[in-house]
Amino acid sequence: MTDSPLQWLGYRRTDGRMGVRDLILVIYTVECAQFVAHAVAEGERGVHVIGFPGCYDNAYAIRLMLALGRHPNVGAVLSIGLGCEYTQPSRIAEAVRQSGRPAESFFIQDIGGTTKSIAEGKAAVRRLREKLEAGAERVPMGLADLVVGCECGGSDGTSGLAGNPVVGAFFDQLVDAGGTAIFEETVEQIGLKEILMKRAASPESAQALAQTYDKALDYCRRVRQYSASPGNFAGGLTTIEEKSLGAFAKSGSRPIQGVIKVSEAPPRRGLWLMDSVPDPHFMQFGYTNPNDSEGLMDLISAGSQVVLFVTGRGSVIGSPVAPLVKITGNAQTYARMEEDMDFDASQVLTGLQTIPTAASALNALVCRVAAGEPSKPERLGHREYFIPYKHQDTPRLSRGCRK
Amino acid sequence: MRMKSAFQVSPDDNVATLLADADGELVAIVGGKGSTVSVTGNVKMGHKVATAPIAAGDFVIKYGMAIGQATRAIVPGDWVHLHNCASNCDERSSTLDGETGAPTDTIAAYD
Repeated sequence: MTDSPLQWLGYRRTDGRMGVRDLILVIYTVECAQFVAHAVAEGERGVHVIGFPGCYDNAYAIRLMLALGRHPNVGAVLSIGLGCEYTQPSRIAEAVRQSGRPAESFFIQDIGGTTKSIAEGKAAVRRLREKLEAGAERVPMGLADLVVGCECGGSDGTSGLAGNPVVGAFFDQLVDAGGTAIFEETVEQIGLKEILMKRAASPESAQALAQTYDKALDYCRRVRQYSASPGNFAGGLTTIEEKSLGAFAKSGSRPIQGVIKVSEAPPRRGLWLMDSVPDPHFMQFGYTNPNDSEGLMDLISAGSQVVLFVTGRGSVIGSPVAPLVKITGNAQTYARMEEDMDFDASQVLTGLQTIPTAASALNALVCRVAAGEPSKPERLGHREYFIPYKHQDTPRLSRGCRK
Repeated sequence: MRMKSAFQVSPDDNVATLLADADGELVAIVGGKGSTVSVTGNVKMGHKVATAPIAAGDFVIKYGMAIGQATRAIVPGDWVHLHNCASNCDERSSTLDGETGAPTDTIAAYD
């Protein structure tokens, strides 16, 4: 294994946030503009794409797209719309410019069709790249400047025994170094209310954790569905409490500072819980964790410069904006899908490696990826994303620090 | 052949997770309190076996925490799953098929 840097050169944005990649983000505002947006990014170095499929706009989705457009890893934005949808590309570009990042936008209907719009998009990318390269300030970064998010999916019996505990021990190291860690999946904390509350860093945090827990439990009760599937039971998990404890292991052992919602950056350093469960709304729209990519977008929206994904069964997803590092505790999965899996935590189970040793190795890998080494999904070109209709109450601006 | 193993997270646990399919054989307990347990019958990888006696109504402990309650007496080596352990939260869990995990309480919907 190559030595890992304790410090590396990152990118400081004019809003003060520090990124580990210097990307141009193309944001489309309706499914009809999706083809052109991807064609603009095709063949371009460091140009990623996200977008929202709906024509009718949604406050949650707009907040999420803005959070990604003003993400520390993003230096410039091009927003592309068709021309008749509700979500406005010019407003997205204006909000991004207010954060100090160059941004442009256009409607395909105004430019006049596919070919002209792709050419206009590529010209805009060239203009944005010139500004980006002229304005990029390289600054030393270390663990203390990192925000790392983690979720799990495609879990098996090893996820709760090896993959998640190793991430938990890494999160302890990250928090102790002054960094920020985010975990999510509150519907996979059912049965753990007392354990959650004991981890609260303050009375305010305890109150937020209790409210978030009760909302998730209420959601599960109403749909009579807990976050455990027939495959989980067939694989040996017996109760939601058991699955929850395995999932919760990725939070490590440090105090939980509080709860953030999707698109909300943690107001302080330390360990945070992300709540992605829909808030009560008359339409009751929005599913909790409809798929793994949605959960990763949530973690990235909070400013995670690197995201971790624990999967026992294996997965081939990646993510735009922030590099994804995929971890498995299943030795067979790692051997079968080594091309896709970044980290093998399985030696914890055979007793060949302790959890802290494995966590230090993961720490070193995260630092190398932050320093610029492409993660496996990045190398393969995986940039899956998913931005659904959902309702969450607007996070309180008084929390501050949300630039 | 090397003895198969079962992983125990915490020394307080009364179950361990099999890391390979076991069939009426002695397996090594890795982690937790260590030692060995003789598995009763055929139990698949990823499933749990008891490492201590658990009386009906007692907590089944994994990660040092209660993951459910025993619905009947369990002896060391027994498979611990839906047939003898119920969730304290999810009322559907003990109605699921013990082998496949498929629900049995909504069968009428397929008629």
